[in-house]
Amino acid sequence: MLEQRKEILNSKHLNLTIRRLSSQVIENHVSEIDKSVIIGLQPRGTALSEMIHRNIERETKKEMKIGYLDTTFFRDDFRRRKDVLIPNETKINFSLEGLNVILVDDVLFTGRSVRSALDALVSFGRPNSVELLVLIDRRFSREIPIEPTYVGKSIDVIDDERVLVKLDDKKKCVILLNKNS
Amino acid sequence: MKQLSVNNLLGIEDLSLEDIELIFSFADSFSEVLKRPIKKVPTLRDITVANLFFEPSTRTRISFEIAEKRLSADVLNFSASTSSLTKGESLIDTAKNILSMKVDMLVLRHPFPGAAKFLSRHVSSVIINAGDGSHEHPTQALLDAYSIKKKFGTVKGLNVLIIGDIKHSRVAISNIICLKKLGANVKVCGPSTLIPKFLSEMGVEVSYNLNESLKWCDVANILRIQFERQNINFFPSNREYSMQFGINFDNIKNIGKNLVFMHPGPINRGVEVTSDIIDSDNSIVLDQVENGVSVRMAILYLLASKIKS
Repeated sequence: MLEQRKEILNSKHLNLTIRRLSSQVIENHVSEIDKSVIIGLQPRGTALSEMIHRNIERETKKEMKIGYLDTTFFRDDFRRRKDVLIPNETKINFSLEGLNVILVDDVLFTGRSVRSALDALVSFGRPNSVELLVLIDRRFSREIPIEPTYVGKSIDVIDDERVLVKLDDKKKCVILLNKNS
Repeated sequence: MKQLSVNNLLGIEDLSLEDIELIFSFADSFSEVLKRPIKKVPTLRDITVANLFFEPSTRTRISFEIAEKRLSADVLNFSASTSSLTKGESLIDTAKNILSMKVDMLVLRHPFPGAAKFLSRHVSSVIINAGDGSHEHPTQALLDAYSIKKKFGTVKGLNVLIIGDIKHSRVAISNIICLKKLGANVKVCGPSTLIPKFLSEMGVEVSYNLNESLKWCDVANILRIQFERQNINFFPSNREYSMQFGINFDNIKNIGKNLVFMHPGPINRGVEVTSDIIDSDNSIVLDQVENGVSVRMAILYLLASKIKS
């Protein structure tokens, strides 16, 4: 049973954070937006990737590529779970060869999803560079040496707690849930 | 999160509707993987699969092998004609010897009905039936139904006609069971000597009139005559069969709708179907072959997920 413990980002702060993250990406990629691409990680990074992508296109008035990546078949816990994970859609209708990829996910925790994403990405060509953008960085929880390039907010969370990012239209917020409640 | 209800794929009969839909949903994902510049995923890199083929095969064996390789499994190919079977070794001894070399999954094709089920009682590895005599060919039925679903969006409510040698065809039996589970209406058509009597118990309509049957159906799955399983003549000649039950342009020109034609292969052109039909835009024969890899990847993946590391 999960129960809300506290709000980490309210709607207003969340919007400000996403705008700041979008501006940071523009700052690094403004000279070659056409060679940069946003890739949202399935399932929970796609909504954030769409918001970042929308902000960048609106701000730069340039078109930018966007895709969604599912990493189910690249995960390292196959045959170690009771049930199989159901894959989500991967939608990358272009080659990543020579492009600058900005991987987008909502929460960075152990780093294992990002590791599998880095493996899965090269199935679509060899990118020129790969950066990682996360809304929430759960510091000190890493099991693999992976660090984000862009961070919305860094938080210290114990293992029994879960971070939930809600980006639907009704209520945007980031909350902390306690698994033992 | 879900899981298959079976640990082996011995026949369509053992699968629930949920199992079939789960396999199709994974086949969709693997279809996308097969369109990538690098068509390989590392999922089965610690799994070894042996393809035990005691009967000749082109499509099924290659399809399984490529599916296994796309999933990064280690693959062993076994062919009966070049093995110690010729020295009198039994099926169980052959399988046990292969499995003692740390093989995790067996893909078995055998001329005897029930061979896969028999072997599953004697060995502990995962077994996938790639055709057992005239009994079942579950992966072919799944890829056929999946191809119909991709073409029409659904299988439910469609009229599917299976034409030809139903009596000796494991493809026909597995297709009938699979299509019925998915809610299709199934009719068979062929010479009365090649239609088994038990079909009415399976809820299948039987017709001996090809043109009327073609008017009824949305999909026509054309089967070849299995001469290798016949020790008597079930019809006078190939020419007579072709005239009565072979599909050519004349059969369909007045039907007034576009039929979809399928064939599991190998095709005997000019006997059960003419080239103008099977090479036409309405034929999905090569889609069936393409979809076969995705469907077999899905089956291998789902069954391998049950082998605990």
